[in-house]
Amino acid sequence: MKRFAQLFTVLDQTTKTTLKTAAMADYFRDAPDDDKLWCIALFSSRRPKRAINTTRLREWAAERAGIPLWLFEEAYPIVGDLAETISLVLPLPSNPQDHSLTHWVNYVIDLGMLEETDRKSGILKAWDQLDGVERFLFNKLITGGFRVGVSQKLMTRALAKATDQPEAQLTHKLMGNWTPATTSYHALILTDDPAADLSKPYPFYLAYQLDGEAQDLGDVTEWSAEYKWDGIRGQLILRDGQHFLWSRGEDLMTDRFPELAQLVDFVPPGTVIDGEVLAWQGDAPLPFSALQKRIGRKTVPKKLLSEAPVVLKAYDLLEWQGQDIRDWSFKKRRAQLADMIVDLPDDLPLRLSDSLTADSWQDLADQRAISRDLGAEGLMLKRLDSPYLSGRKKGDWWKWKVDPLTIDAVMIYAQSGHGRRANLFTDFTFAVWNGNDLVPFTKAYSGLTDAEFRQITQWVKKNTLQRFGPVRQVKPEHVFEIAFEGIQESTRHKSGVALRFPRMSRWRHDKPLQEANTLGDLKEMLQQYG
Amino acid sequence: MGDLLTFTDSGIYCEKGGFYVDPWRPVDRALITHGHADHARSGHAHYMATHAAAPVMRHRLGDIDLQSIDYGTVQRIGDVDVSFHPAGHVPGSAQIRIEHKGEVWVVSGDYKIEPDGFSEPFEPVTCHAFITECTFGLPVFKWQPQNNVMDQINDWWRKNAAAGRTSVLGAYALGKAQRILSAVNADIGPILTHGAVENTNDVLRAQGLILPDTIRVTPDLDLKSYSGALVVCPPSGFGSWTQRFGAQSTAFASGWMAVRGVRRRRAADRGFVMSDHADWDGLNTAIAETGAERIFVTHGYTSIFRRWLEDQGYDAQIVETEYEGDALDQTDPEIAA
Repeated sequence: MKRFAQLFTVLDQTTKTTLKTAAMADYFRDAPDDDKLWCIALFSSRRPKRAINTTRLREWAAERAGIPLWLFEEAYPIVGDLAETISLVLPLPSNPQDHSLTHWVNYVIDLGMLEETDRKSGILKAWDQLDGVERFLFNKLITGGFRVGVSQKLMTRALAKATDQPEAQLTHKLMGNWTPATTSYHALILTDDPAADLSKPYPFYLAYQLDGEAQDLGDVTEWSAEYKWDGIRGQLILRDGQHFLWSRGEDLMTDRFPELAQLVDFVPPGTVIDGEVLAWQGDAPLPFSALQKRIGRKTVPKKLLSEAPVVLKAYDLLEWQGQDIRDWSFKKRRAQLADMIVDLPDDLPLRLSDSLTADSWQDLADQRAISRDLGAEGLMLKRLDSPYLSGRKKGDWWKWKVDPLTIDAVMIYAQSGHGRRANLFTDFTFAVWNGNDLVPFTKAYSGLTDAEFRQITQWVKKNTLQRFGPVRQVKPEHVFEIAFEGIQESTRHKSGVALRFPRMSRWRHDKPLQEANTLGDLKEMLQQYG
Repeated sequence: MGDLLTFTDSGIYCEKGGFYVDPWRPVDRALITHGHADHARSGHAHYMATHAAAPVMRHRLGDIDLQSIDYGTVQRIGDVDVSFHPAGHVPGSAQIRIEHKGEVWVVSGDYKIEPDGFSEPFEPVTCHAFITECTFGLPVFKWQPQNNVMDQINDWWRKNAAAGRTSVLGAYALGKAQRILSAVNADIGPILTHGAVENTNDVLRAQGLILPDTIRVTPDLDLKSYSGALVVCPPSGFGSWTQRFGAQSTAFASGWMAVRGVRRRRAADRGFVMSDHADWDGLNTAIAETGAERIFVTHGYTSIFRRWLEDQGYDAQIVETEYEGDALDQTDPEIAA
């Protein structure tokens, strides 16, 4: 694993993408094929399942290090990473070995199948053979938390460089539900067989948020606009009498939404649709919380199927009659999509996402303004003559979201972060007034700069009232503006509301504690937008 | 009969000797372990420190009333015998031994037990009560031998020089910077220094310590003629000051670099794990070698380390001080002071 540990070290030591890409390309040029395949798998979230209960792991690490468990538990939050804490406390290996990455990944997979006592001796043996970064990586593999500061996109770029293939083609090859157990480096990367995998999706095209003014995009007649729905982006694949539904995170979610199965009987094979899975009733979406109940379930009880039925709102057509049509103009793809859907029975769970007609940007702005009332997040703008690109690209597609809702709240609890944010207080709980009491209603982790996090960390250390494990109750003093995308009723929260995508949008140094918002204000928002 | 040393708002106090050790408020008589700003503060009427610590203290604190003394020489102050013993932290740094009628207390100041080839090596001092730092008092902190770390630094510099990049290394201006300079392979290329580092270099060279040739970075220095240089500057010099060097690789040398999260937060290209404080094993070894039964921990992971010592059978207590040691995310004490 030395070769892979060196690669990891280079990737971890630099923030420069050119250096990262070059290091990965080198690896893809000279590592053994099995190791390359595992490297690709690990960098595309195909890591082996967690092989071990972490409670046991902490006990064994403390035992091996000759320290009491409490001391290990104290060190862990300070380091901010379990795999790293373990590799730091253990003594030097007495029997160092140099095995391949594939050896160690298989070792980890085998560990998962052992009885606990054998598993323990297997792990102790590995710890005694590995040192430093290699030991850290092994721990990441057994805890199932392998993540590295490299996107799949960057990895694909490096692979493209090393194998001299177009990036888009490789991106497509890497999609789907392969694992190193089901394929080989040769079959996956070096072979050209587009029909090899019926279920293989196309890379999603993702849009950026529009920063400037919409009118700066040019002539409004060159653009298509539609509502941006808040569901789960999905790609529906109908090929050869079968159907597959992929999420944007490359999760295969076909079985979670059995309603869509009937489409196989109506939509011609060789069709791929990009759309949004939404819980839908009548003419309007149900709140996101209805859909949320369905996300975690692999099998869906009847009751839930009737309470939260889903539809696919179709945005785009990527494959038609078995042909990849992503290079057609959006206008042409869209016309074909509409043509196909108009012929389908009305009660099928496939709907066209309507295009908005507009004479001017102002006209569109007015329609955007009522998005929230319709259950949408704003508008999507797509250039009519644009092809379907892969990944997040600027220029042809834009999210034009409505401004977030905001509320001014008081920070009452703080907790330190993990990883890069260990030793900084970054996770906060916020409250609003209810009479003279502060009622907690949301947590937020993001939105402040590193400098602001450092500043608030210093303050938290000096203003802790009580500790509950890692959580500190702090003096109510600071007011933050919390921005969020939606609000829903919740029986799980004391305040009775749950927010969607809450984050700290501003530190209100100017606002006295007493002027933070109230529970009544939140309830009013719930009435209006819930 | 009370304790030989007590802990007051002004600092560690010896009533029988009528003096303080590393006090943080102005006092009449101050015994100073070493010249770092959180230990050697201004405003005291009389100072006492080792001969080797004196020049830096005069440089920083100006015209102070300072009596200096050799390591190991016993001096009677009031009713107690006082002597200074090497702490291995930075040149001139000392542990201070205080004895009264056979009872011995030692104040460690900051220390490390691995010899760095530059500071006077740490010497264990037997005592009844030991007042110790514990900046890195967690079992995750274990330093590699200095030679390994220096190999990493030399290797990093050599590769950067070959690629036409400047190597910018952040290290504290008193101690860490000179420790690295004295051990680095100066054949690789020219060495440039930030003014704060070079000022300390001048003082230490004048007292006979050997450092390689260095060039002070001034606004009119022609940087183009020093391609492939190593630049040593305080961590707080990063950013606006280092921009002038163009294509560069940045690094910090600090014990905190052992933690990946901290390394990534600092956003330097490299983090070299090198500290002038004792690591976990170092602290435990040093404490065991004193033979002391009573241990007072002053700064660092005090509550965790105290509990650990208690588990090991020591009578351990936490003392609140204003020492910072090598505090995470602090601004450089050398520049702030």
